[in-house]
Amino acid sequence: MNGFDSYRIRERADVARLVLVAAFVLLAGTFFRTQIIQHEKFQLRAETNRLRPIALTPPRGTILDRNGSIIAENVPGYSVKVLAPSVDSLLAVIGRIGRFVPVDTAEVEDIVRRFRQARYQPAVIFGDASFETVARLEEHRAVLPGLLIQSEPKRLYPAGKAVAHLVGYVAEVTENDLTAKRFPGADLGTIVGKAGLELEYDDTLRGLPGVRYMEVNARGRLVREDAGGAALQPTPGRPILTTIDLDLQRFIDSIWPPGFRGAMVAMTPGGQIRALYSSPSYDPNVFVGGISRANWRGLNEDVARPLLNRAIQTRYPPASPFKLAIGAMALKRGLIGLDTHMPTPCRGGLRLGNRVFRCWKKEGHGSLDLIGAVAKSCDVYFYQVGLRLGLKAILEDGVLMGFREPSGIDLGNEKDPIWPASTAYFDKLYGPRHWSPPATTLNFSIGQGEITQTLINMMKFYEGLASEGQVSTPYIVRPASSKIVDLGLTQAQLAGLRHSLIAVVEQGTAAASRRKDLAVAGKTGTAQNSHGKDHGWFIGFAPADKPELIVGAIMEFAEHGSGVAPYVVRTLRRQLLGPDTVGTIKIKPLLDETVVTRDTAPRPVELNPDSAAARAREDSIRRSAAAVGPDDAVPPPPEPR
Amino acid sequence: MRAPSVDRQLLMVSAGLILFGLLTLYSAGQTDVPTRAAGVWHRQFIWVGVGIIAAGVVFHVSPRLLEWLAPVLYGISLFLLVLVLLVGTGAGTASGSNSWLSVGGHQIGQPSELAKVATVLMLARYLSGRREPPRSLRDLLVPGLIMGIPFLLVLKQPDLGSAIVFIGIAFAMLFWSGIRPRLLFLVVSPGLSLLLAFNDWTWGAWMVLFTALLLYWRPYVSDALIVWFLNVAMGAIALPLWKRLAPYQQNRLLTFLNPEVDPRAAGYHAIQSRVAIGSGSWFGTGYTEGPQKRLAFLPEQHTDFVFPIVGEELGFVGVVVALALFLALFLILLRISRRATDSFSSLMIFGILGLLFTHVYENVGMTVNLMPITGIPLPFFSYGGSFFVICCLCLGLAFRVANDSRQSGYPDN
Repeated sequence: MNGFDSYRIRERADVARLVLVAAFVLLAGTFFRTQIIQHEKFQLRAETNRLRPIALTPPRGTILDRNGSIIAENVPGYSVKVLAPSVDSLLAVIGRIGRFVPVDTAEVEDIVRRFRQARYQPAVIFGDASFETVARLEEHRAVLPGLLIQSEPKRLYPAGKAVAHLVGYVAEVTENDLTAKRFPGADLGTIVGKAGLELEYDDTLRGLPGVRYMEVNARGRLVREDAGGAALQPTPGRPILTTIDLDLQRFIDSIWPPGFRGAMVAMTPGGQIRALYSSPSYDPNVFVGGISRANWRGLNEDVARPLLNRAIQTRYPPASPFKLAIGAMALKRGLIGLDTHMPTPCRGGLRLGNRVFRCWKKEGHGSLDLIGAVAKSCDVYFYQVGLRLGLKAILEDGVLMGFREPSGIDLGNEKDPIWPASTAYFDKLYGPRHWSPPATTLNFSIGQGEITQTLINMMKFYEGLASEGQVSTPYIVRPASSKIVDLGLTQAQLAGLRHSLIAVVEQGTAAASRRKDLAVAGKTGTAQNSHGKDHGWFIGFAPADKPELIVGAIMEFAEHGSGVAPYVVRTLRRQLLGPDTVGTIKIKPLLDETVVTRDTAPRPVELNPDSAAARAREDSIRRSAAAVGPDDAVPPPPEPR
Repeated sequence: MRAPSVDRQLLMVSAGLILFGLLTLYSAGQTDVPTRAAGVWHRQFIWVGVGIIAAGVVFHVSPRLLEWLAPVLYGISLFLLVLVLLVGTGAGTASGSNSWLSVGGHQIGQPSELAKVATVLMLARYLSGRREPPRSLRDLLVPGLIMGIPFLLVLKQPDLGSAIVFIGIAFAMLFWSGIRPRLLFLVVSPGLSLLLAFNDWTWGAWMVLFTALLLYWRPYVSDALIVWFLNVAMGAIALPLWKRLAPYQQNRLLTFLNPEVDPRAAGYHAIQSRVAIGSGSWFGTGYTEGPQKRLAFLPEQHTDFVFPIVGEELGFVGVVVALALFLALFLILLRISRRATDSFSSLMIFGILGLLFTHVYENVGMTVNLMPITGIPLPFFSYGGSFFVICCLCLGLAFRVANDSRQSGYPDN
């Protein structure tokens, strides 16, 4: 073949060599571009391929009482998680775990649902596993691929249910929280405070999560833990120091009559909360590591609504304790003096137009001055004070005294009280001609009607009485505002009002709670409840001449404030005289039919309670317990003219 | 006649490649996840032994005998290719195709590998038997058939990767036979027309340019008309042809253009391979330590995607060493081919060069997305018996031809 002479073949060989070298230079160049120029990009891609970040939970800050006792702390706990490539393999591993330790089948659905939301994160099987569980699973690690046992700080509330409403509880952040950006910096799986102090000071307590990396293979299976270099350690949350006295808090929990709903708050005249208790309570420790469905349903469906903080989230008619506010308004405006007698002495009722507004005492109290009227809680006296003030003045002064604003306590989800800003409220609610200003005035004069208040807000007013007329914002860690409201009373007027409160305990409606060793000032009250037995109030402070502690309580269906008074007095004595003084005192059981001292607010219509009606009322307690929450315990609106 | 001598350069380079290949294959088995690649490296030792024996046997066979045997070998391989279409089984990456011949459940080899060598021999015999290189399309009819029949049979399996190798072989050998470049261009032009038909404007521009070239070159009128009409036909059938491609073939071509189109399925190989190579940087992660391979992110790490292991574990430096070895092999083959004593030997060696080059370029190129992904093994690196033995056989032929030219007076270098 003549194409193979040496000249032509050399020519072709040169071309071929050129093509070969060029082709390989191009190839090497492509490798250079991929490996050297684009290295960073592919390196990152390679690491995202194989490294899965696992969040390390920071320990939450401890919560201490004023003496350094622990309200909330962290103890070592374990979480059991599974890193799975798919739902099927997750279910398979859960199935195998179920052979060694019981897994609630109802929870499996939840686990899978959560896994679907974050496939690259390990699925939590047990948020709070016992040491036995961990030991058993570790033993069988070989057959549990992707098993991840993490040591995690776990919340512990040593005082349990005694501090539940105060401290709140923690739980994993929900999707709704995340979309609403309620917890800045939180991601899926972050533990956040959901109530109480845990919620209020969550940003302080939470800390910053750390991160470590797990290596997974192409099928998403865990290959080794702690890969990819050093883990970033979590930053622990900061502790908070509270004004709470944990011993007092526990004491209140121990004396609270079982089965009764209500709340008790203890605070200093400067606004420091010493105790804040609500009943029925729950154990905040059950939320740690994720509450079980059954527990959660139980807490939510309980008719007693244990999650409700009755000290700040429930409004009650302020009732007789409110008479002090009416008295203070009249004194401030100079309409009455401490020794003023009202023109109409109490004969058991006051006629207004064609209706008779009754005093709680049918026989009547006769003619009383302000101090006597407070001591005896005479309704007829305060009806007349109220009429002298007029509705407009009552509403205006109430706003000034803080009855329209929430107390501002540094505890989440406080409810606003109800207090109309002006009479336009009634026009809007009932229509301009369908309510009676004088009847409303009479209702307000004795703390009934559309002026419901939370316990903490009423406490705030009594704090003013106890501290020279200066009302400061109550707080547990630090005051939300430094604003101090002046009640506008002279020292003499304040002393007079305190004197009247002493008289309540010395010879008035709370005389049964009197003890010689401590002079207590306070006021009973009975909030009328259209749904069942009346609610009992007592707010008091001691020592009466130089108050150091203010304690207030409300008990639902306690019928009368005089039944509540012993609990408050006992709490005051324990705190001011020491724990030894209270041990032996026997508290008269509540709902004792022999209790005769009453200052029940009258109903605006006359009725003669007969035995049938009384029985019906008894029955309605049970019904209302099932159907109505305490927040609905607002009296019916006044009848139209 | 002097005692047979061995081409030292070829020996060193091929020993280097085989050793490099074995080391890489060993690393391919070192994973944190159980894979099929775990024990293949010591089975490959057996194939290395078989391959060396095969090369030794071939070394003692005269090219004259091979020239005489070429039609027989070609006929046998065609027969096997037909047989495998009827009774073949799939394996490995190509599990959907029937490219393997099994006897009693044991897969004994891929006839397409044998057919590649047989086609080289047959083409060498035909082209060397001609008095002058092909000058017209008519002259290309026979070589076209020699290449085309096995090409179509392999394409039918379907095994696109191996089929492309036949084109590479034919192209290389026609070039080496001294064919005029413009004739090769005419042959290739319908293919270009097909590629450019994805867009009306590019195809239109191509046809204008091509027509102008025909008028300027003035080939045989019949050739010009045939090729011109073929170009038009290709433009017309491009779309129906695309639609007839299997979805996996379409995906491969599409993901070649942009692997991120389908990162989980079709683009997965292209992406993970480049991630492994790209994370290697200058010196790599260290031998056997590559995480992409260890954690099985790298697919088919012992067969088609064995080269990314080099890229990941030994870095750019390792890649350059491997590529330099291949380039050296090809330059040595080119030298042997140039100094061959007769045109049959010369064409045969150049055909082998074309065969190996197509394999290397397509395989290595696809790992960095320079070429579309087709299942095609890398010589001396990929695990696989029949292909490794064929490669050794080719080396044996090269040793023989080198020896012959040395015997007849050519110096070694």
